Amino acid sequence: MSERVKVAFYWCASCGGCEEAVVDLAEKILDVINLVDIVFWPVAMDFKLEDVERMPDNSITVSFINGGIRLSEHEKVVKLLRQKSKLVVAFGACSSWGGIPGLANLYTREEILERAYLTTPTTHNPDKIIPGSKTEVEIDNTKIEVPVFLASLKPLDEVIDVDYYIPGCPPTPNVTWKALETLLSGNLPSKGSVLGASDRSLCDECPLNKTKPENVLIKEFKRIVNFNPEPNKCLLVQGLPCLGPVTRGGCGALCVNANMPCTGCFGPLSDVRDYGGKAISYLASILDLDNEEDIKRELSKIIDATGLVYKYYLPKSALKGKVGGSKS
Amino acid sequence: MFEPKIVVFACNWCTYAAVDLAGTSRISYPPNVRVIRVMCSGRVDPQFVLEAFKNGADGVIVAGCHPPVDCHYTNGNIKALRRFTLFRRLLNDLGIEQERFRLEWISASEADKWVKVVSEMVEDVRKLGPFKPKLGVKEV
Amino acid sequence: MKEIIIDPITRLEGHGKIIIVLDDDGNAKRAYFQVPELRGFEKFAEGRAAEDMPIITPRICGVCPMAHHMASTKALDDLYKIDPPSAAKKIRELAYNVFMLEDHALHFYILAGPDFIVGPTAPKSERNVVGVIKKVGLEVGKRIIVTRKKLRDINTRLAGKVIHPVFGVPGGVSKPVSEDDAKEIRAIANEALDFAMFTLKAFKDLVLSKKEILDLIISEAYTHRTYYMGLVDDKNRVNFYDGKIKIVTPSGKEFAKFDVHEYQNYIQEHVEPWTYIKFPFIRQVGWKGFVDGEDSGIYCVAPLARLNVADGMATPLAQEAYEEMYEMLSGKPVHHTLAFHWARVIEMVYAAERIKELAEDPELTDKNVRVMPTSTPSIGIGVVEAPRGTLIHHYETDELGRIKRANLIVATQQNAARIALSVDKAAKSFVKRGIIDEGLLNMVEIAFRAYDPCHACGTHSLPGSMPFKIYLYNEDGKLLNVITREQ
Repeated sequence: MSERVKVAFYWCASCGGCEEAVVDLAEKILDVINLVDIVFWPVAMDFKLEDVERMPDNSITVSFINGGIRLSEHEKVVKLLRQKSKLVVAFGACSSWGGIPGLANLYTREEILERAYLTTPTTHNPDKIIPGSKTEVEIDNTKIEVPVFLASLKPLDEVIDVDYYIPGCPPTPNVTWKALETLLSGNLPSKGSVLGASDRSLCDECPLNKTKPENVLIKEFKRIVNFNPEPNKCLLVQGLPCLGPVTRGGCGALCVNANMPCTGCFGPLSDVRDYGGKAISYLASILDLDNEEDIKRELSKIIDATGLVYKYYLPKSALKGKVGGSKS
Repeated sequence: MFEPKIVVFACNWCTYAAVDLAGTSRISYPPNVRVIRVMCSGRVDPQFVLEAFKNGADGVIVAGCHPPVDCHYTNGNIKALRRFTLFRRLLNDLGIEQERFRLEWISASEADKWVKVVSEMVEDVRKLGPFKPKLGVKEV
Repeated sequence: MKEIIIDPITRLEGHGKIIIVLDDDGNAKRAYFQVPELRGFEKFAEGRAAEDMPIITPRICGVCPMAHHMASTKALDDLYKIDPPSAAKKIRELAYNVFMLEDHALHFYILAGPDFIVGPTAPKSERNVVGVIKKVGLEVGKRIIVTRKKLRDINTRLAGKVIHPVFGVPGGVSKPVSEDDAKEIRAIANEALDFAMFTLKAFKDLVLSKKEILDLIISEAYTHRTYYMGLVDDKNRVNFYDGKIKIVTPSGKEFAKFDVHEYQNYIQEHVEPWTYIKFPFIRQVGWKGFVDGEDSGIYCVAPLARLNVADGMATPLAQEAYEEMYEMLSGKPVHHTLAFHWARVIEMVYAAERIKELAEDPELTDKNVRVMPTSTPSIGIGVVEAPRGTLIHHYETDELGRIKRANLIVATQQNAARIALSVDKAAKSFVKRGIIDEGLLNMVEIAFRAYDPCHACGTHSLPGSMPFKIYLYNEDGKLLNVITREQ
């Protein structure tokens, strides 16, 4: 790229972990600032939305957007950034597939609001006030606008066209750095590519992979709640539902290094259409039992199949969330 | 009257032969099914079922050879049993009525069972109404 | 009726907005502080496996994920009624103090630093992290970055991931600390304490030595007489990881001291229709609206509140600094919002001293770090002090340990009402006859930063300035003027 690269960062329904992950580039952040102009980063810099509105279309080289789309105003801002940017990159699990807040799609908006504002044990709400049930509230004769809490959480590419994805919850600094190098090289991969991470499964880079046989077969599933895995031995072989085999590598197996199973925050490999379906398929197929009763018993030890296989992925999945009663 | 669309993943060696047999025996069954022949029920990935629902199926059947010994590939049907036992829980969490998904064992000679399964499924799903693969609440 | 909207850019276009309602004379009648942020964690926790909660809840906040991870892990200990081995508790507390130190340091140098080290009246162009580095020197600037990185690397070793840790399991931690790790941690512990003491000195030299800043800290504009809440150990000293919850009245008397299991007897949350954040208040006192004083249930958490409820600090250097603060600010409790900064630095010293104690503890490398649960789960409640205040996780499960209901009392939420008071006071002081004084912007900005607000524990302000926009509307809702704070 000949002209100076202009970069924007924006966050939607996120936890701030993606921003911290960028700060965790530590001394490399100075290299980034030398290489690019940051034209918009609400968390860190004083550029306003109007400044972006005034920019010519396509004048931002690349916008990195993290967080899922949960409020009406998120939709508004990302559409503006799309218009002003040559490239849009979904940064992190939430933006790519919905992330953990995407589990909210197992419930309706009304159920979520009811729990938050009416039925938690410490809520004191005699007038049964529910914020977000109206877009405008009148107080002291003044109408106050409350942004709309949308019916579901959406990944970024359901609202705007997305060029690239950087996976992870959050993307680790090495992945972010590699992705930046790719973008700055000018040698851009094909649209829709995942940047910075590996093209192989997590097992490929896992230090315990040498203890994993070609065909994993187990007789029972374990729960970390009452099982202490022995160190230095493949967690799957020990019966813990580790999602390494169906998850993209790139993080360096951080969780496994802490003796904990992979929960899939780097998402699927490129040839997978639905991460959850793939994960179900894998986990069930390693269970080496033939009798229906035995199979049922062991699979019942996975007490939350949906939370296990769709922890970061539900809004991107084939059905996007709970479908609700078809007749209602 | 609502005519449900039922996608069937049928194993080549047993169920597909039963479908054939029903045809050559001129047994009539509801025309709501779209049969996709696969080499083994063990080849059916839960992703296929999700894709079917996503693309407008009102119900899905995965059908193969009777366990434990009929499978042409020794234990493909057992693999299917394991997968879809777990997968059914996912469908349940996602609010999909259990009548919309069936795992069935139908041998090459069981044309009558094929007809019975399909007829039941069509009736059950017809009662439920069309499957709408979207969130069950309206946007403001 | 006129309406003014101040739109701070912590999260641009609405993520933390101030609306001021004017009376007929154009004076501020009431200010509203709106947090439009909701993700529904309490609902979608339902159906999840309890052991997944320490993985799920850190996603409430990526700035303080360790706080949620730890509150959640402690709730699991309680759910299964297991007491972790001593080494596991020490590993957890070590990681926790490392986290507190680096989080407080981030806030002090990068967020609050511009206001105090560079100075509240310095030109805006210098009131940022670059200005801080100029003032303290490039060497120190590098030291801040390097120390932060080292501390975060320790927690990658201990907790698996520094952003969204994974090491907490019911009854302990997922892996012991190796001798190699311990050696590394001990080396960094010494540096960390030097760094904390350096920060305390910098605070004294650059902030407390200036009379105008001291005057600002104790000025009435930044003073609210509220209740305070925080965790204390068995000797009533500040503790981040464990203890009893203590509440003191605005006059400093002990109001209550209780185990977290009784939290529902003391805390309730008030709902307003114009914001997504709920406003916790002290149940026995009741919700009396946005007012301070003994009769109002509004209370305050976070560094200053912790120091106000405690009798002192558990480590010598922090204790010395603690005594110095109360002596200079003439007794307890301190109601000055800006003293949050001072309290935060004192807590950095405590965290660093505690890190050193734990790093040198021979038990740290003990291999016994886990006890297995034997009881059937039903209810689990856990509490820690997050950097921004008391954090409570409460789960109810079925007999398999699947969450049926969850309740979360999040740190920043508990300061929401007091933040609203600060905003209200600022508006009433600086908006007169429809004219907005520049002082409003300054005051709101500085008050905000003191709380280190992390709205709905997700809206956290990092480096840079916090500019505002003011929209002035007439009573028909027509836009009359837009005033933008220039750099």
